[in-house]
Amino acid sequence: MNDPVSSWGAVRLAAGREISTRIRSKSFVWLTIILVAVVVLAGVALNAIGSSGPTAERVGLTPQTAGLAQTLTAAGESVGTELTTTAVADEATGEAQVRDGDLDALLVGSADDFTVVVDSELSPSLAAAVTAVLQQVALTDAVEALGGDPAAVAGEIATAGPDVRVVGEAGAFDPARYVTGLVTGILLFMAIMLSGQLIAQGVVEEKTSRVVELLLATIRPWQLMAGKVLGIGAVGLLQVFLVVAAGAGTAVGLGLVDPGTIDLGAAAFWALVWFLVGFTTYALIFGALGALVSRQEDIGAVTTPVIMLMVVPYILGVSVAPWAPDNPLVVWVSYIPLCAPLLMPVRMALGGVETWEVVLSLGLSVVLLPVLVWLAGKIYSNAVLRSGSRVRLKDALRAS
Amino acid sequence: MRALEIENLDKSYGSVQALRGTSLDVRAGEIFGFVGSNGAGKTTTMRIVLGVLEADGGEVRWDGRPVDHAVRRRIGYMPEERGLYPRMKVGDQLVYLARLHGMGASAARAATDRWTEILGVHERRSDEVQKLSLGNQQRVQLAAALVHDPEILVLDEPFSGLDPVAVDVMSGVLRERAAAGVPVVFSSHQLDLVERLCDRVGIIKAGRVVAAGGIDELRTTEHTRWVVDGPPDPQRWLSGVPDARMVTEEGTRTVVELAAGAPEGAEQAVLRAALTSGPVREFSRLRPSLTELYRHVVSTDDEPASTGEQTSAPARTGASA
Repeated sequence: MNDPVSSWGAVRLAAGREISTRIRSKSFVWLTIILVAVVVLAGVALNAIGSSGPTAERVGLTPQTAGLAQTLTAAGESVGTELTTTAVADEATGEAQVRDGDLDALLVGSADDFTVVVDSELSPSLAAAVTAVLQQVALTDAVEALGGDPAAVAGEIATAGPDVRVVGEAGAFDPARYVTGLVTGILLFMAIMLSGQLIAQGVVEEKTSRVVELLLATIRPWQLMAGKVLGIGAVGLLQVFLVVAAGAGTAVGLGLVDPGTIDLGAAAFWALVWFLVGFTTYALIFGALGALVSRQEDIGAVTTPVIMLMVVPYILGVSVAPWAPDNPLVVWVSYIPLCAPLLMPVRMALGGVETWEVVLSLGLSVVLLPVLVWLAGKIYSNAVLRSGSRVRLKDALRAS
Repeated sequence: MRALEIENLDKSYGSVQALRGTSLDVRAGEIFGFVGSNGAGKTTTMRIVLGVLEADGGEVRWDGRPVDHAVRRRIGYMPEERGLYPRMKVGDQLVYLARLHGMGASAARAATDRWTEILGVHERRSDEVQKLSLGNQQRVQLAAALVHDPEILVLDEPFSGLDPVAVDVMSGVLRERAAAGVPVVFSSHQLDLVERLCDRVGIIKAGRVVAAGGIDELRTTEHTRWVVDGPPDPQRWLSGVPDARMVTEEGTRTVVELAAGAPEGAEQAVLRAALTSGPVREFSRLRPSLTELYRHVVSTDDEPASTGEQTSAPARTGASA
């Protein structure tokens, strides 16, 4: 009367339960909202800091001084000040705009002999530009007085510049890459660790509540475990995806990154790939370790060594790699399975990683997975029904 | 007839031998009570039937074939230590469990509605399990064992912690399931309940079934006892009756035991002797209650290994009865 449930069916049911339970839980909803908000706010804050520097100076020109517009803009460029010129109807209107703060300065008088009208003081950058204009006017007058051609002199001056030869390393520090690397490192560490903890808690919850006995009378241990890993993994992936999308969206939307120097799409893609690999690796480890204990309070005792192991590549990734991407320790650790998912994506976001390095690192991590599946399955099925005191890892590895 | 046969199970935990050749069988449509002191092996036996534990030796068969994963899916199980997701809603949980056992989504929902209704927890379907009282959690636990319409029921202490009304509801459900042809085996320490409810009983002691059979069969002893509520001074009126001796005297009630091998109808002589001394208000056969039987079996000290044959003998008679 009841159809036999296929293996895949059992896994899917278990995964479905995890997904619907997690997604509806308040902690998941709030954590996601907070993470998204933090990423977006960080982007906005970064943008605010970036744009508080030199903004364009607004200079008003009366009809009498309108001829200076081009000279003024050019002079601004030469001294590194961005200028926008606005024509105003007359002196009185312009002055009113200066007073209201709509204009930073107003040039009145004539093109040859003008006065700068400001609200309180002339900003240094604008002063430099105006000075440059005056110097040029003086120079032109002098060249003309000596019978020369001001345009030719101006051309000579424009092309005059030092020949520069770089002897240091190329590839200067790029803040966008640094931030991307940092965010990738922190995000992956948090996502993998939180999802791993969820796995361990889920296993212990089933063990503590003894529902596992009822479940294992129906489905096999590996089906229950696979369902849990898939379900929590899908939820974790959704969370990472939302945060990455929010971060990348904010960065692109606010023009924080220069698409020429960094490919955010690729960084986001690799972050997701490494999340999948890293999550699966640690989910298996956390699941097996969770099965050893019978109380939520004891999870910490069994998972701490693993978290310590995770912290090493994480710290290397966020504190050493951005400043010294070629540090041998960073490079070597980024190949080691278990460490790779937390460090290699940071190196990739920082740039300068060869393709063969990624292939090697990813390959080693993926090769380890079947071994972990076998080991975790053995520990889990041997330990999950033994309640009471903590099961020793040695005993769990031996047959039941 | 289909039967759940448990044969010669052995199981040890380290140096502790939990089961030593445990054997019993439960036929379709029968309620089998499994009794024994704590640690005697009831839970271990049930967990082996469900495949949650692996036996060191022996076999469990259903309908003549070894119980495998496919059969276990059709067993309704109530573990000794109750287990449900504490933070999952009652209804969702039952639907989930029914589906794990192979029911389709809509059938699972219908079965959940039906069983929560029968067990009186239908108003709590959308509450988390942890918010229910222990008694109601117990009802949900039974619903979890029944929701997938199982072919076999294995219940470890289903009555512990239930109020009298719930006990009646649960007894009714078990009877109804048995009547529908399901073999029901449950363990309990409430022996009066077992006596009332079960068709057959098995008593397990130190991993071995030491007595098994129909209740009446087990209560039949070689020495029959009779209670006489009648004339005082029984020593006097009983003296002339052959094969009879007084066991106890409490007020006007006297318990008389007839020796083994007393001829059929020997009790009539006891009644006649009493009547000649005075009026008799009650005369009836006194059978040992299951509790007495149990105490007798369990309090007998462990016999040496050589008597193993004898102790397992009643189990065989029970099985073939």
